[in-house]
Amino acid sequence: MGMNITEKILAQASGQASCAPGEIVEVRVDVVMLHDIGTPGIQNPLKELGVDKLPPSVEVVIIPDHFAPAPTVKAAENLKLTREFAKKHHIKSYYELGRGGICHQIMPEKGHVKPGQVIVAPDSHTTTYGAFGAYATGLGVTDTAIALGIGKLWFKVPPTVKVILRGKTGPAISAKDISLFLLKELNSEDVLNRALEFEGEIIERMSVDGRMCLCDMAAEMGAENCIIPPDRTTLDYLKERVKTPFSTLSSDADAVYEKKVEFDLSALEPQVACPPTPSNVKRAREMEKVKIDQAFLGSCTNGRMEDLRIAAQILKNEKVHSDVRLIITPASQEIYLQAMKEGLLEIFVNAGGSITSPTCGICFGGHSGLLAPGEVCISSSNRNFIGRMGSPKAEIYLASPATVVASAIEGKISDPRDRMRKGGLR
Amino acid sequence: MKIRGKVWKYGDEIDTDIIYPGKYLVSFDPSEAGLHAMEGIESDFCKKISKGDVLVVGKNFGSGSAREQAAVALKSAGIGAVIAETFPRTFYRNAINVGLPVVEIKGIKGKVDEKDEIEVDLDKGVIKNLTQGKEDTFPPQPPFLMEILKMGGAIPYYKKKTRR
Repeated sequence: MGMNITEKILAQASGQASCAPGEIVEVRVDVVMLHDIGTPGIQNPLKELGVDKLPPSVEVVIIPDHFAPAPTVKAAENLKLTREFAKKHHIKSYYELGRGGICHQIMPEKGHVKPGQVIVAPDSHTTTYGAFGAYATGLGVTDTAIALGIGKLWFKVPPTVKVILRGKTGPAISAKDISLFLLKELNSEDVLNRALEFEGEIIERMSVDGRMCLCDMAAEMGAENCIIPPDRTTLDYLKERVKTPFSTLSSDADAVYEKKVEFDLSALEPQVACPPTPSNVKRAREMEKVKIDQAFLGSCTNGRMEDLRIAAQILKNEKVHSDVRLIITPASQEIYLQAMKEGLLEIFVNAGGSITSPTCGICFGGHSGLLAPGEVCISSSNRNFIGRMGSPKAEIYLASPATVVASAIEGKISDPRDRMRKGGLR
Repeated sequence: MKIRGKVWKYGDEIDTDIIYPGKYLVSFDPSEAGLHAMEGIESDFCKKISKGDVLVVGKNFGSGSAREQAAVALKSAGIGAVIAETFPRTFYRNAINVGLPVVEIKGIKGKVDEKDEIEVDLDKGVIKNLTQGKEDTFPPQPPFLMEILKMGGAIPYYKKKTRR
């Protein structure tokens, strides 16, 4: 009987010829990523485990991004601890403020993600690295400390749901709209704790930026991991960034799936997730009466070049509505610089947008753009939970970068296709 | 291993931002975490409950962030166990890793009322509703997860395992 790509990675990493859903396997962990919440969090468990030296088999990458730059003294203490931990353990891959950015962008950007690897981190959006054919999943700090200290961790092999995306989407439709559409359409009980494997023409044509967005949003679908078997697009991206050899895996033709679902997305319209869950999704067109106070473009979901480019196309020669604050957070220093070179930052500033340094702060309600009671925000990030971006009495709508900036101009939720047609975009 | 306490009921999709808001992620102090448990929908939760009380909740309890503080906050506030229709894997693992018993029972919400007194026997996989005089069963955890729970969490378990 054949295996799918997730099963193959878990079998390979546990030294077995094969494995099947439901089986508990002890897996060798290739990479552990830590940020400035995870690093302080693993200190006690590591100490109690008696781990003084980290096993050399595990690649460790440390990326301070959540409370960076530090908004409080307590956060500064955590960042200091994170820095000192990296020094103590001679971690070469430590990305200081100003040299890194948001962890889930930095990991692949700096070549720390390879197909076929097992990658864990104390962060739910670790699923993002499945865009490169890795088994990547988020864990709590105790599991992370065990993976880091022992180099191995148990997993229950998840059943896999294959999602086949067919058709050709319109020019205003991004991977975010597809993710939100899937959040609405997929039965949450069918995908909870499952591996999601994507294929189809939509995926074949999708950029690396888009694939990362989709795999990032799989965390909201409740998936254990999300995976796109590597293809030419993956390899083209990786060859610029990964310096060491790797091999790619793919699913067997007779691999077993718990379920297969198929969607034709040719008629897909811009989507918006309404409060208070990412699965409460409607068409942007239906929500156009909702006035907004803040618009946020950024996060590990949508702070990449593709996102900034479409935003700049829509914002060019336009102004953000007088009642709206637009906050833009490039996901990394590399993206920040590229956006500068392409003149995108100038467009954002001229439009009245506020650009922050790469950070997770706004998305998770940590700092740099919290909401007051009664305020409404449209955001390109991943969660609209109660209190996610500040006051529990604020409301968050999730949408694509195009919808976020079109809404920022209009002062209310807006289908970006109107502006894109008017501006002669595409 | 038995837990006995009063039931507190909540609905579906109680996410980790509700259980432990993001602004407190700078802290890893369990007693401080307990003070903020369920703050997204309930103020002073830790003062309202008694030690050993049981949360009975709907689908996907603990969805969203991987933050372990969510499980720590509930345990530290005094919650003895969480019974849900379904859990996402990350919260489930985190709870066991910090020694907070978690049980999945489909349809549980319809079988208990708020303030009912219940007893959960984790070894036998039996839940007794002492108020209503009813009983329900569930498949017990695999032995190694039971051992982790009995030892109070994953760290003491692995400490013992690696020392052998």
